[in-house]
Amino acid sequence: MVDLSVNLGGLAMSTPVATASGTFGYGFEYLGALDYSKLGAVTAKGIRLDPWPGNSMPRHAEVPGGLVNAIGLQGTGIDHFLDITVPHYMDQVKDAPPMIVNIWGGSIEEYAEVAKRLTEASQGESGRVIRAIECNVSCPNVKEGGHTFGQDPEVLRRLVSAVREKTTLPLIVKLAPNVPDIRLYVKACEHGGADALSMINTIPAMVIDIEKRRPVLANRTGGLSGRGIHPAAVKLVYDAHKATNLPILAMGGVYDASDAIEFLLAGATAVAVGTATFTDPSVAGKVCDGIADYCARHGFSSVGDLTGALQD
Amino acid sequence: MQDASAKVLEHSEIGAGYRFLVFEAPEMAKSLSPGQFVHVKVPSLEASALRRPFSVFDAADGKVSILYKTVGRGTAALNSVKVGDVLRVLGPLGHGFPTVCDGSAMLVGGGYGVAPLHFLARALKSSGQADVKIFIGGRTKADLLAVDRFRSLGVDVFLATNDGSEGVKGLVTDPLDDELARLRETGGRFELFACGPDPMLKAVALRATGTASRGWISMDRHMICGVGACYACIQKTVRGNSRCCVEGPVFRAEDLVWE
Repeated sequence: MVDLSVNLGGLAMSTPVATASGTFGYGFEYLGALDYSKLGAVTAKGIRLDPWPGNSMPRHAEVPGGLVNAIGLQGTGIDHFLDITVPHYMDQVKDAPPMIVNIWGGSIEEYAEVAKRLTEASQGESGRVIRAIECNVSCPNVKEGGHTFGQDPEVLRRLVSAVREKTTLPLIVKLAPNVPDIRLYVKACEHGGADALSMINTIPAMVIDIEKRRPVLANRTGGLSGRGIHPAAVKLVYDAHKATNLPILAMGGVYDASDAIEFLLAGATAVAVGTATFTDPSVAGKVCDGIADYCARHGFSSVGDLTGALQD
Repeated sequence: MQDASAKVLEHSEIGAGYRFLVFEAPEMAKSLSPGQFVHVKVPSLEASALRRPFSVFDAADGKVSILYKTVGRGTAALNSVKVGDVLRVLGPLGHGFPTVCDGSAMLVGGGYGVAPLHFLARALKSSGQADVKIFIGGRTKADLLAVDRFRSLGVDVFLATNDGSEGVKGLVTDPLDDELARLRETGGRFELFACGPDPMLKAVALRATGTASRGWISMDRHMICGVGACYACIQKTVRGNSRCCVEGPVFRAEDLVWE
């Protein structure tokens, strides 16, 4: 029997497989189409202080090897999330997996305020599911939010530190892939007091309709996810793991167990499935089973032993 | 909602570029209601390809049928599916049509937009709704689909084509307006139910907005997840950016905001 439990910077997960933010709604939308017991955590879609309308349509384009999206973080804001969404998730999903709440904002103060609200809520009934915060500093689709904070190591350190002051929840920071040296950002998160890293966010991308000579997406540009970004993500996880002891939640093109195991060997503690869920809602469970099989075949009694076990 | 393995029972061309596909899905057939849709994994596309959403033409006796037009890569690949193949089908999905109607049921369909209206017409008829009319429009005769199927349900059928090759020459709203005028003269109550191209839907929605009659409009949008998780298939409504896959695809006419 393989021990599949992992600890991601204080977040206890019963399996090393989570869902990625933006691909799994608020945890309950796919109810009926998957086995929740295989999920170590779900990650909620990005939350900010106030409601946010998101971008115009079209918001996505399917491309070879993936998907380019510019949803633009549409959401109903923290009040609705805490009053309606979280109770609904707890009510609908039996034995609901812990929820990592992805947050974003237009200023450092806003990130800190959202973190404070979540932390307060987690001390009540909602604490049954609200178990970690994932700070999104890398969404390519919203001008004033996210992305800019993740592009300057000093700004990133200040943001992480401001959020850290307001929360006792495990604090995960979701990094941008499009930086010249990931180690600088990893260190900034360490210095700011992060408990874990998640990577990678989507890669900035663009699709053009040559007949109309126009960008396909209303936002003009978007973020690439899916199978095609997996090797790039593995490399970034590998580089980050060498630079830090912080646990890593790895994501980017996980379609099966072998994709996930690559991440674990490169240094990740857990993985998240994202775009693959759209094709197969039960993919996370298959990834989980496949990791267990691999551990058994290779004599690993605990999935934790895979982390960084690359013979390099 | 379930993600079922569904065996293909029938798959045939029903005219230029249009196909009719029937699959076996007993649980889904029982729980589907008119206006809802299913999200299909197309087996001949690459394994990581997104699913494709299809309105349900009918669901009964353990079988679910869809009617589709080959419009892009996904539907072109679906053409090669054979009887006996097994599809992955997620459903039932979305918010459908009401199946009770106050007064005459006036259905308006353009092209393959007749698909959910067939399921609706059958449900209305079997719930005892006497007066069901359908107005079917297309560019040409070959775009008028399932006409005999509607007639055999006891539905009054009105046809219109842009080129006059069948029915009234003009827009589907031409025969619709004649019938609406007749109803208004006699003080008859009615509700509108529509599915088809956006300009047609807008024209139908305007005929219900600000009147005592209700209109139910089924929108067709590109989707990713089909379940409300990703927020890609947005329709502007009086409540803001609504998801076509869960708040729709059927919206109340007066709730829609047209760009």
